[in-house]
Amino acid sequence: MRYAMVIDTLKCVGCSDCVVACQTENDVPIGYCRDWITETVNGAYPNIELELKSERCNHCENAPCVRCCPTGASHIIDGGIVLVTADECIGCGACIESCPYDARFQHPDGYVDKCTFCHHRLEKGQLPACVSVCPTKCMYFGDLDNPNSEVSQLLKNRKHKTLAPEAGTNPHVFYLI
Amino acid sequence: MTTSRRKFIKISALGLGGVAASTTALNMFGANSYLDELVKENIAKKFKRTPTYCEVCFWKCAAWTYTDEEGAIKKIIGNDDDPHCYGRLCPRGTGGVGMYNDEDRLKTPLIRTTVNGEETFREASWDEALDLIASKFKNIKETYGAESFALIKHGAPGAHLEHLFKAYGSDTIAEPAYAQCRGPRETGFALTFGSWVGSPEPTDIRDTKCLVLIGSHIGENMHNSQVQEMSDAIDNGATIITVDPRFSTAASKSKFWLPIKPATDIALMLSWMNVLIEEDIYDKEYIKKYATGFDELKNHVSQYTPEWAYGITGIKPEEIRETARAMAHAAPSVIIHPGRHVVWYGDDSQRARAMAILNALLGSWGRRGGFYFKESIKVPKYPHPEFPEPKWGWKEIGAKYPLAQMGITTEVLQAALPSENNEYPVKAMMIAGTNITKSIPNKKLLEEAIDALEFLVVIDTMPMDVTGYADVVLPECTYLERYDGIRSATNREPSIAVRVPAVEPKYDSKPVWWISKQIGERLGLGEYFNYDDFKEVIDWQLKKMGTSLEEMEKIGVKNFPRTSGPLYLNENETYTFPTASGKIELYSHELKNLGFDPMPNYTKHPEPPQGFYRLNYGRAPMHTFSRTANNPNLNDLKSENNLWVNPKVARILGLKTGQAVWLRNQDDVTSTFSIKVRITERVRWDSVYMVHGFGHDNKKLSRAYGKGINDTQLISKVAIDPIMGGTGMRGNFVTILTENPHKNIEI
Repeated sequence: MRYAMVIDTLKCVGCSDCVVACQTENDVPIGYCRDWITETVNGAYPNIELELKSERCNHCENAPCVRCCPTGASHIIDGGIVLVTADECIGCGACIESCPYDARFQHPDGYVDKCTFCHHRLEKGQLPACVSVCPTKCMYFGDLDNPNSEVSQLLKNRKHKTLAPEAGTNPHVFYLI
Repeated sequence: MTTSRRKFIKISALGLGGVAASTTALNMFGANSYLDELVKENIAKKFKRTPTYCEVCFWKCAAWTYTDEEGAIKKIIGNDDDPHCYGRLCPRGTGGVGMYNDEDRLKTPLIRTTVNGEETFREASWDEALDLIASKFKNIKETYGAESFALIKHGAPGAHLEHLFKAYGSDTIAEPAYAQCRGPRETGFALTFGSWVGSPEPTDIRDTKCLVLIGSHIGENMHNSQVQEMSDAIDNGATIITVDPRFSTAASKSKFWLPIKPATDIALMLSWMNVLIEEDIYDKEYIKKYATGFDELKNHVSQYTPEWAYGITGIKPEEIRETARAMAHAAPSVIIHPGRHVVWYGDDSQRARAMAILNALLGSWGRRGGFYFKESIKVPKYPHPEFPEPKWGWKEIGAKYPLAQMGITTEVLQAALPSENNEYPVKAMMIAGTNITKSIPNKKLLEEAIDALEFLVVIDTMPMDVTGYADVVLPECTYLERYDGIRSATNREPSIAVRVPAVEPKYDSKPVWWISKQIGERLGLGEYFNYDDFKEVIDWQLKKMGTSLEEMEKIGVKNFPRTSGPLYLNENETYTFPTASGKIELYSHELKNLGFDPMPNYTKHPEPPQGFYRLNYGRAPMHTFSRTANNPNLNDLKSENNLWVNPKVARILGLKTGQAVWLRNQDDVTSTFSIKVRITERVRWDSVYMVHGFGHDNKKLSRAYGKGINDTQLISKVAIDPIMGGTGMRGNFVTILTENPHKNIEI
């Protein structure tokens, strides 16, 4: 089992529904977010390219946040999901500094918070909230260990990239380009 | 409650078994061996779900409101059976919880009063406010006639108030959705095909091979099912052609982006017609069978070559030919999208006609992947006495626009201006669900008209700017707290949805059906409101339609089979279009007889003078006009608009990204607030762009007050469409001020 998210930048319109859905699903306080939208513009008028995409914790296989956590609050569970146990987190912020994706934030209750791939929903057989609401259906989620899963097939057949590959983190959020 | 870690693991081991057993359909992930506290709590949560349809915009997606064991609204999720959302709401629908939670909501009725010489509002009881309103209704009727009490409305509450006004004897009713939005396209398409486009547009985007967007920015406007279907079309390899001076999100998804010079769209479309006809690639059989006026059209467009259009539009002749051929290649599975907010330059009905004619030449109306024949189910009329016949109403007020099919807000405002010989004087007004200081241009007219009114009532959920002008303000509860009329929508199949309150109204807010009934009863019109609770009406209607409120509370949405015939034209049968000739009218005798161009012509529109830039405006996906700016969830995503400026312009003016600037238009109107510059290649050098709906004036909107610029404030010049009265708003030019023009004035 190796969970992965695949996001099709050719379909994403950057509407931020994923951000609000995460907020309401996970009680993320107003003013904070576990996922967000980025917009990249290249070229000069009228030869322009625009890439919109939804970003979040990359649930890295080689996760710097887990390595640097002094208490073990940051850890990786089955399926490769990187989690933070709030009770064990002392809020030192080392993980926030170490993350090349800026995916973590200090929750007002004192611990560090971030995307969980909505694993409470996975347990119920549901997709992560962001994936389930996306109006463009540009987000896919599934098991990379299963060669027939939608995510495996998409990565097999479509051109894709990961973010900050130079960081050597082996991320598990992929972008179709 | 805090559970110790050890204890928790014990529980989760039990919990997991239960979860695994209940998970069948989507068990593609398997179960984790680990569950933390949060997860366990989340899984254990018992949600109750109540059906609704969204009121954050006009798309009215059906959804479920989830409340927890304490009765608090937790989230809103789309209804899988709904053809407006296919189970997926847009960010505004998902963020609808913020509309309920917003602590700045109107909480009690308010009545204007004077304290120490200063005008202010005082809180009032519902009885006092409603008695006052009822006395004004009576007084206006006795003094001037019921017709002089006008209603300007938007959305679901409007229907209840329309019922009240008609029972009272007034049909002086208008909404910005017509003359400030989609009116011209309804007129243009009705003149050509005999029927309105309507909402949702019957565009068969999911099956299209070519989607042509002219100034329509799907993806930035989140017209939900269309956004979803456009995404499907991208998956299916459809060709998207976007015509827009701005590199919109849709442009970035397009095979062809035509960066047109603003205000020249009709020239481009005439040249497309020229190519389709000259190259003989239009749908000859379709035109022969269904259309009239082809010879006139052929003759008319023969002069409009791509070379001619190049000089006007800036689009190269080969690009015009290539895109015309791409459309013809895909035909009839091609859509020249009619757009939605189409009041641009005053010749908007003619531009809509050009779109309709192109669709006809491509044979797309009534064809798979083009436009389908929409169908809805009629909601039975709950019995009430006949409405009295008003002596005049919106039609008479807007009579100088012969093809206006609905009330024109700006004409209703004109009718309120003091005048000696006004045949149709508007003396009092109710405004509900629309913040007209942001939805209607020409603020001078607006303020003069409001000033002249004897009485103004505003109904809203929020202290929008317009409430500041009211004599009485009534707090409406949000859509999550009330019943409303059945949503019967036109789609591929008829579909209905219900709105059921998930929670009791917060504060002292009330549903508009209740407000209408209360006013009606005070006016002796109780027989028009023959129920205690509006849900009795819904249940009665649903039962006539073969279901019931009880059933609908469980399913939320019900889809019905079609009864009007096939979704597309049946090639073997004759088809009569609902036009005067029974055919698609490429040449319009109706327009000719009224003294208008029977076929569209290109008109040159004013261009920005030196140092000025055309003010373009549009939508952001997470906001609906000005109504969501203060919503805590949506404000969190986008709290202000930015001024998009081309880097060339920024260099000349020495602007930096993030710098605050003010705008002044051609009529010397200066923006109240400032806006932050965003330097981007996505906008032309002759225009600036901002998202509509920001720059709120009311301090009671704690998050939205003073954030960004209200584009409508700078739209003082309107180009009126002589055919239907639409207010063209894209002809305003602004200059950029880097110094605060108000620095000596307290704002």
